[in-house]
Amino acid sequence: MIVEHATRSSRIGVALIAIALVVLALAPYWGDRQTLRLLAEMFTFIALASLWNLLAGYAGLVSVGQQAFVGLGGYVLFALAMLLDVNPVLAIFVAGPIGALVAVPVALLIFRLRGAYFAIGTWVVAEVFRLLASQISVLGGGSGISLPASVVLAMAPSRLMREFEMYWLALLLAVVILAAIFVLLRSRHGLALTAIRDNELAAQSTGIGVWSIKFTVYVLTAFGTAMVGAFIFLQKLRISPDTAFSVNDWTAFVIFITVIGGIGRIEGPIIGTIIFFALRQSFAGLGSLYLLMMGAVAIVVMLWAPKGLWGMIVERLGWQILPLQRHLALRKDARGKS
Amino acid sequence: MPDGPLLKITAVDAFYGDFQALFGVSLSVGTGQVAAVIGANGAGKSTLLKCIAGLMHPSRGEILFENAATTNTPAFEALKRGIALVPEGRRLFPSLTVEENLLIGGQSRRPGPWTLARVYELFPILAERRNLPAPALSGGQQQMAAIGRALMSNPRLLLCDEISLGLAPIVVRDIYARLPQITAEGLSLVIVEQDIVQALRAASHVYCLQEGRVALQGAARDLSREKISAAYFGV
Amino acid sequence: MQWLNVILQGVLIGGLYAMFATGLSLIFGVMRLVNIAHGDLIVLAAYISLIATQAFGMDPLTSLLLVVPVMALIGYALQRGLLNYTLGEDLLPPLLVTFGLSIIIQNGLLELFTADSRKLQAGAIEIQTFQLAQDLWIGALPLIQFVVAVAVIAGLQLLFYRTALGRALRATSDDQAVAQLTGLDTRHIFALAMALSLAVIAIAGVFLAVRANFDPAIGPARLIFAFEAVIIGGLGSMWGTLAGGIILGVSQAIGAQIDPGWQLLAGHIVFLAILAVRPQGLFPKVSG
Repeated sequence: MIVEHATRSSRIGVALIAIALVVLALAPYWGDRQTLRLLAEMFTFIALASLWNLLAGYAGLVSVGQQAFVGLGGYVLFALAMLLDVNPVLAIFVAGPIGALVAVPVALLIFRLRGAYFAIGTWVVAEVFRLLASQISVLGGGSGISLPASVVLAMAPSRLMREFEMYWLALLLAVVILAAIFVLLRSRHGLALTAIRDNELAAQSTGIGVWSIKFTVYVLTAFGTAMVGAFIFLQKLRISPDTAFSVNDWTAFVIFITVIGGIGRIEGPIIGTIIFFALRQSFAGLGSLYLLMMGAVAIVVMLWAPKGLWGMIVERLGWQILPLQRHLALRKDARGKS
Repeated sequence: MPDGPLLKITAVDAFYGDFQALFGVSLSVGTGQVAAVIGANGAGKSTLLKCIAGLMHPSRGEILFENAATTNTPAFEALKRGIALVPEGRRLFPSLTVEENLLIGGQSRRPGPWTLARVYELFPILAERRNLPAPALSGGQQQMAAIGRALMSNPRLLLCDEISLGLAPIVVRDIYARLPQITAEGLSLVIVEQDIVQALRAASHVYCLQEGRVALQGAARDLSREKISAAYFGV
Repeated sequence: MQWLNVILQGVLIGGLYAMFATGLSLIFGVMRLVNIAHGDLIVLAAYISLIATQAFGMDPLTSLLLVVPVMALIGYALQRGLLNYTLGEDLLPPLLVTFGLSIIIQNGLLELFTADSRKLQAGAIEIQTFQLAQDLWIGALPLIQFVVAVAVIAGLQLLFYRTALGRALRATSDDQAVAQLTGLDTRHIFALAMALSLAVIAIAGVFLAVRANFDPAIGPARLIFAFEAVIIGGLGSMWGTLAGGIILGVSQAIGAQIDPGWQLLAGHIVFLAILAVRPQGLFPKVSG
């Protein structure tokens, strides 16, 4: 008997993903600028939602304060690019470790809180970051600052190339982050995480170091979130405390995406992002009514389909796009029991 | 005047998720009767009481109380109809004092002979300790308080889940000695017990459960030790 | 003297924070639910008061007679119709549903009332002050609000420890299943608790509306103040929550005195410090 991951649906899924990746990588050649921007935005949300999903859906840490690290990443990028003349693209990858470093003392503090109080604690931390950012006058203080033209022009020889560069960066970030999450979940630590997701008390009783796993996941998630945050504000070319640490943009949407797509499944955030953006295109221009609707939809989904759309599909059909399930195979080429 | 037994359970199946705890259990208790349900751990005794009390519901079968169906009646309504459960492990409310625990037992205001004064008469030690927080009591005293709490609702049927659990024999005897005062006015009793001796002494009718099924039933005086052991252990 | 004034103002606003916090901790105590929409419900109460004053010409304090029952009813319906279904082992549903509720309320208010800043006028009482000592002044309105806050907390204590309803609430929070065995319909009890919480929120909301400018977006900040007051004071203790609110208010006042931009930050820092050094709070009744 051996442990197998793949099922027939996941083999199809992996093949489809490979094809999709190639198509997406070639997007600059078949898509116009608007499409590239839309896709890039979708990639950032897939990344953010996947990271939030890892935190909440697997490690059981529900954070409504991840905007702290999105904004931190943005401000680190601006600081590095404007004050230390670091190449902005390189700065994105420096923002990650800095985010992780900051996450360490933050985690030590807020891990003293449990459950929903932990969630609000993460929000307080984000608020503290926002208030501190408004005090940093060299980065624009309360009204924010724009990236100087010199920095922007130095990124690429032409505007078109810069757009392509940003697009590929977004795709790269999303792929790298998803790949990292996939590798983590497939590893021994991933098995522990899945156990924690399914039943934390039982997981604890098997000797899994729940606290240290949660701590590590929190720090790693901050790493990824800070990188995405750095990218987001590099693309926006302007940062301010209110946009950097906006709950609506970086937490509400991310939560809605993950809830609707399916918490605790790696495919959830991807499905959720597609649905979210499809809805947004259809209901563009409704402003706060759109948010209101999303809130209502999230509530309905949470009550009637708590595992999200993908969760429902998994339960009915047993599909998976990515080979993550572990099942025992009685014979080498059998489908095996899941 | 009801034209059947006070409680009549017919062919009840009960599940915890996928696990079946009761298989076609049937049982009946007449007015003023004391019935004992005995069996090893995991035999389904507590599950049966929970179904009667409305804390859980059977997926098949029927429960009739005073000739009306209570199969799917939720616990708080079952209490209002006259079924009270003394839960396993006492489970007094730790934030409440002894007296508050008794008072809350009576909050449904069912008419009947049981009042705070009467409960204190039955269990004088509770009167002495009425203003202490419930966890300050000894095990035996907590058991008395739990029984008192259930009595305060003036039930017609009192269910007692393992009242001897974790108590010293002398304390158990003390509590059982007061049962006749409880049943004096026609209150029916179903006691779930692991202490077979006490159960046989107190009850007129005995049901023995083994792995979710009724393995033996009959009048207490008709059942011999050998028959009971056989049914209990399933040999 | 300057500093004494500052501290006094901080203490008085601490009463308001304590009222924000009491509603939150009441619900957590009874049903382990943390209502993320708590702050937005405070703002909702402020807007209902606005409607009452504009439509019926009431003054804000009289509008309480309308706002409190309306909010209590909303609370009962909310719990019975929605939140009861989120309660259970998993902490995700209540958190995410109340988060969704928070977004709905904020944006609903935005649609109905726009983002314009509002404030209720309470008349002459707003500017009335008493002189306590040389250079020490106390405003009539802040004093009234503080006294009402203390009265509300005292009233709730009385309710919880001297009445049958309080008994029922405590029993249900201890052991839901056994509470049902004593004949309590826990769905109804939880709804009553939420109604109570929203009644307290209603009072706090009207006071907020009179005291300062409000708009649909200020809910989350109130939630954070409430939460910080609860954590500083310690879980499970209502008087502790009052102390927590006062400490938070004083910290913010001192911070504001040093530099206006430091007002909120000072409060957060004190909160984080207490979290670091004494995470169970200053006067805890239950362990975290």
